[in-house]
Amino acid sequence: METVLAFLIGFLYAAGVYAMLRRSIIKLVIGLMLMGQATNLLIFTAGGLTRAQAPLVEPGQTIPPAIHADPLPEALILTAIVISFGVLAFMLVLVHRAYQTVGTDDLDKLKGTDS
Amino acid sequence: MEIIIVILSSFVIAFISPLIYRIFKHLTGWVLSLVPLALFIYFATYLPQICAEECRTFAFVYHWVPSFGIDLSFYLDGIALIFSLIITLIGAFVVLYGGEYLRNHQHINRFFMYIFLFMGSMIGVVLSSNLITIFIFWELTSFSSYLLIGFNNERAESRYAALQALLITGIGGLALLAGFILLGQMGGSYEITELLTRGHLIRAHSFYLPALILILIGAFTKSAQVPFHFWLPSAMEAPTPVSTYLHSATMVKAGVYLLARLNPMLGDTQAWHDIITIAGTLTMLVGALIAVSQTDLKKILAYTTISALGMLMLLVGVGTVLAIKAAMVFLLVHSLYKGGLFMVAGAIDHSAGTRDITRLSGLWRMMPLVTIAAALAAFSMSGFPPLLGFVGKELIYSAKLQAPNASVILLISGIIANAVNVAAAMMTGIRPFWGKTHHAKCKHIHKVHTALWLGPMLMALLGLIFGLIPNLISMPLISPAVSSITGSQVVFNLQTWHGINLVFLFSIITFILGLMFFFSRNRWRKISTYLMFLKPLYPSQIYEKGLHGLLSLAKWQTKVLQNGYQRFYLITIVCFIVLMGGIQLVRLGGLPDSISFAGVKSFEIGLVLLMALAALAAILSKKRIAAVVSLGVLGYGVALIFVLFGAPDLAMTQILIETLTVIIFVLVIYHLPSFKNFSHRGVRIRDAIISVLAGIMMTFFVLLSINLQLAPTISAYYDENSVILAHGRNIVNVILVDFRGLDTMGEITVLAVAAIGVFALLKLKSKDH
Repeated sequence: METVLAFLIGFLYAAGVYAMLRRSIIKLVIGLMLMGQATNLLIFTAGGLTRAQAPLVEPGQTIPPAIHADPLPEALILTAIVISFGVLAFMLVLVHRAYQTVGTDDLDKLKGTDS
Repeated sequence: MEIIIVILSSFVIAFISPLIYRIFKHLTGWVLSLVPLALFIYFATYLPQICAEECRTFAFVYHWVPSFGIDLSFYLDGIALIFSLIITLIGAFVVLYGGEYLRNHQHINRFFMYIFLFMGSMIGVVLSSNLITIFIFWELTSFSSYLLIGFNNERAESRYAALQALLITGIGGLALLAGFILLGQMGGSYEITELLTRGHLIRAHSFYLPALILILIGAFTKSAQVPFHFWLPSAMEAPTPVSTYLHSATMVKAGVYLLARLNPMLGDTQAWHDIITIAGTLTMLVGALIAVSQTDLKKILAYTTISALGMLMLLVGVGTVLAIKAAMVFLLVHSLYKGGLFMVAGAIDHSAGTRDITRLSGLWRMMPLVTIAAALAAFSMSGFPPLLGFVGKELIYSAKLQAPNASVILLISGIIANAVNVAAAMMTGIRPFWGKTHHAKCKHIHKVHTALWLGPMLMALLGLIFGLIPNLISMPLISPAVSSITGSQVVFNLQTWHGINLVFLFSIITFILGLMFFFSRNRWRKISTYLMFLKPLYPSQIYEKGLHGLLSLAKWQTKVLQNGYQRFYLITIVCFIVLMGGIQLVRLGGLPDSISFAGVKSFEIGLVLLMALAALAAILSKKRIAAVVSLGVLGYGVALIFVLFGAPDLAMTQILIETLTVIIFVLVIYHLPSFKNFSHRGVRIRDAIISVLAGIMMTFFVLLSINLQLAPTISAYYDENSVILAHGRNIVNVILVDFRGLDTMGEITVLAVAAIGVFALLKLKSKDH
């Protein structure tokens, strides 16, 4: 299954990069989300997949069963999911606001730099 | 310990000087000049000790960065003492003078601050016995010089000159650091006291020549040697007290000091003699010849300073005991008369309102005391008996006569340079004072304040006294300095009058030539205008072109790299990562040998295909809502994968978040315009290729990482201690809220900040609405 997921992850990254290279600002957000999903899957896969039990300790035991999913990548991904949601919410509102103010969603028209 | 106090005192005074100015106002110059005066007296008490047998005293060592051999260490010997005395004595006069000269300047408190910053740094340079410490203080002098040249910072010329000086001496400083590091490598230490005993090792080392050249670049830039000399005349933008102090008496001599200090370990090789002597001679001639054609008092003095620095350099390069002796006497002579003449120029500027020698005459009526000081300094500069300048010049001539190589060339160029000095002395120290007073030419001449004539007068008198009784300085001051430069004990006496001999004949020739230069000065000015066609070859022009080119290059590459197109940045980043990742993949030996699809269930294949389709729909869909829904499908797919592989917590969170995401997306997207095809077909193909490459690389990396375990996993710790230590049975949750609880708090903070941001963006109304 790792192999299959590897191809899916690669595909999601490709889709994400492609979307981020569009000029429409909302496509940029979509691309970023795709990459976020791909990255979560990447961490999940790289940590090693198992169809065995979740990292839970049975009642009456002090340690989990010998074979179980690795809790560490899961903890990392959990954090990442929540953070990416915060970033997304902020980004969407910012895009909305920027569109209201400058009146365009074309990134090529939003190219004023400090120089 | 004392020595640290001595060095630090200047820095401390620098930072409290604005407060002192608040208390004493216009008397600050008088009050603050007591500090360098006290330091001068302190250093003077070491005179008897230094000239006794023990030529080195009070070593202070603080191990700063012991692992690199960098110590904050200081010692005082003959050469350090003569420099310290000059720095503090002229420092006292300059502080006093500056207080009056800049009395009505709005930033006078900054002047005191910078000047004390400089004084501390300069004392640090001459007392340090560690190469790295010297370098740090050396750079500090460049830095304070930058601040002082740009003192009138509202003038574009000042800022330009300040930057020029900083860049030139800064580049030299970097070269110096490299040279010092090589020197430390060769000698196995950064301590000068240790390196001095290993001179033979260093001179025979293969790094010797590169190290020497780098150190020489440092010394030549600082001491304004050709071709780096041009920053010094530009630096005349600084207020006159600054020019007096940094750009004539002390800082520009740091290069000479450094070479003198390193002479026992680096000196006495063919390269040393040749390079330094040639650079010194060229500088001496170039400075002198430009000086005669100038009309600005300060410019004349600046170019003769360059000439004098060249003279000092070439004497160090010749390196005989006699030459070093002449150099040390001339160092003192020059500081006294040139410091005095600069102050006189400032006093003239201050009261007559101009520094143009063609407009100045008959000033003696208005400023008799300044006239006396100026005349004495000018006579010393021309080397007139019985002033100290005469002693110095005679010594220089005899040193050149006895130079082992090329003594005729040295002598002739020396006579030319000295003759120009005579002419320049007359132009700056005598001509402005004699003759009729032209009130019409210079407006509002007023009387000269005591603080403005006291310094030059005392310096001129010192030149006279030392000239009459040279033994006052020969035994206690000059001999120890010469001893520490040559590395062997030298004791001698100086004489004012040597009788009528060959050297005296040269002196007479010098005077006659000098008078000729003086009376033909207008013709020289004309000749110099004929030479304007050479201008593109001037080092200053090359500097300007180089700087301009550098700035254009920076502008061009900023325009290319920071062009404001989001896509361009992303393409750059992605391509770079693909390139680096590709290289790394090749280095790791490509893909693992076997790629197995074993154990994959059919519905999993279906799920993955669905997710891929959803992703494709999300990026290609023309309808906004369709794109958002596709994203949702993908997100739920990811949640299913989490369910399948033992991560129920993740799946729950993912489903929650995914639902929320879709809702927010729909809410916002309603307010945004529908998708348009902005890009051409070609652009889309290019982007597709880039994306596919990035995707392929990521796939390869996942495939590689599956069988890769770089470090032992730390999960076992959490497995074992989840119940025992944290009393939790869901290990993922225990990690989040207990073992890594602080991280989770950070995460919550991020969410809170994002929420505040969202709220602010929604609530803030721009004025248009």
